[in-house]
Amino acid sequence: KMLDDSLEPGWLSEEVKTGTTIIAIEFDGGVVLGSDSRVSAGETVVNRVMNKLSLLHDKIYCALSGSAADAQTIAEMVNYQLDVHSIEVGEDPQVRSAATLVKNISYKYKEELSAHLIVAGWDKRGGGQVYVTLNGLLSRQPFAVGGSGSSYVYGFVDAEYRKAMSKEDCQQFVVNTLSLAMSRDGSSGGVAYLVTIDEKGAEEKCILGNELPTFYDQ
Amino acid sequence: MERNLIDSQIKGVSTGTTILAVTFNGGVIIGSDSRASIGGYYVSSKTINKLIQVHDRIFCCIAGSLADAQAVTKAAKFQISFHSIQMESPPLVKAAASVLKELCYNNKEELQAGFITAGWDRKKGPQVYTVALGGMLLSQPFTIGGSGSTYIYGYADAKYKPDMSKEECLQFATNALALAMGRDNVSGGVAHLVVITEEGVEHIVIPGDKLPKFHDE
Repeated sequence: KMLDDSLEPGWLSEEVKTGTTIIAIEFDGGVVLGSDSRVSAGETVVNRVMNKLSLLHDKIYCALSGSAADAQTIAEMVNYQLDVHSIEVGEDPQVRSAATLVKNISYKYKEELSAHLIVAGWDKRGGGQVYVTLNGLLSRQPFAVGGSGSSYVYGFVDAEYRKAMSKEDCQQFVVNTLSLAMSRDGSSGGVAYLVTIDEKGAEEKCILGNELPTFYDQ
Repeated sequence: MERNLIDSQIKGVSTGTTILAVTFNGGVIIGSDSRASIGGYYVSSKTINKLIQVHDRIFCCIAGSLADAQAVTKAAKFQISFHSIQMESPPLVKAAASVLKELCYNNKEELQAGFITAGWDRKKGPQVYTVALGGMLLSQPFTIGGSGSTYIYGYADAKYKPDMSKEECLQFATNALALAMGRDNVSGGVAHLVVITEEGVEHIVIPGDKLPKFHDE
C-alpha cells in the first residue's frame, strides 16, 4: 500500500472487514470450528478479540469472514429463521437446514454482500457435518478453510489432513492451522477461538496468543 | 481467495509459478514446476525449465515475466563468468545473487521478475538468496516464491527443520511443490529439482503422475 498522506486515521473511512482465518473440520461424532480474532478497517485493527464463531443454534455454529457487517447480519437472520423453523418441526434443526438458510441469503444477495460463512454442527441424523456457502453454493466437505489467511495454509491442510481423526487430533489440527495462518496473514491475528460440538453440546475455548503453537522461526 | 496479484497481472508469457530453494546439511535443493502461461488461462508450455545454471555450483530460478527473466539471467551469467575469470576462483553464491540484485534494482521500473539464487561455495557452504521484485536481497535458510508459494507458506513454516538430511530435504521440497501445484492453476506440469553439493550437481525430474498425492486425490 502507498504511504497514507491523509490526516484522518484509516478506520474512519475504510470498510470494516474480518480479514480472517476460519476453519471447520468433522470428526466421527462432531465438528471442531476455529477462528482468529482480528477485525481490521484498512490498516487499523479495530477489534483484536472478536469471536468470529457465531451461534446459529444449540449445536450449530457458523464461522464469519469477509465484511464484518454483512457476515454478522447473515448470522443473525439465520439464527432467527432457525429458531422459527425448529419450533415448527418440534425438534433440533439439521445442520444442512442451517447451511441452506445461509446459502439462500448469500445467493440471493450475492451482488450486494461480501461475506463467506462456513456452517458446522452436529445433528442426530448426520452426525458432525461441515458446509461451505461461498458465493451462494452449498457443499459438504470433510473440512473447510476460509478467509484471507486461508490461502497460506492450503498446502498445510492438504498435507496434514487424514480421514478419521479423533476429536483431540482435530482440535490440534485446527490450532496449528490457525497459528500458521495468523503468523503469515496481516489481516489475521490476536487469539484463537475454538468450538467443539458433539452430541452433548457445544464447548467454547479461547487460546491466547502466547499459548499458540510456534514453528521453527518463532 | 487472495492471489499473488503481481504474477497474475503480468502481460505476455509469465511463469505464474512455484519456486523454492532449501538448504540441508551439506547442500541445497532448488526446485520449480514447469508451466508457462499467458494471462492465467492458456498454458503456453508444459515443460519449461525454470532452473538456470549460472555457474558450476550456482543455480537460479525465475518467477514473473519469462522474457524479463531470460534477459536478466543471460546478462547475469555473463557477468558472473567474467567475475570468476578475473578472481581466478569459483564465484561466491552471494556474488551471483548480488549481480542479479543490481540488475533488478537498477531496472526496477521496467522489470517484473523475481529470483531465487541457490548454490554451494567454499566460503559459506550451501546458501539461498532471494531477490524480490524491487531489488531487495535477502539470505534465508529456505525460501519460496511465485504465485503458487502463497498456498504453501503454512506447510513450509510447519515442516522446515534446520540441518535436514538430503533425503528429508528432497521429500520436503517435493511435497511443497506438489501441494502448490495442486492448488495454483498457473503452476503445474513436472517438478524439477536440482541438488547442489560440494561434490556436484544432480538434476531430478518428477513427472506429474509420480508426485506425492494427498488426501483428496
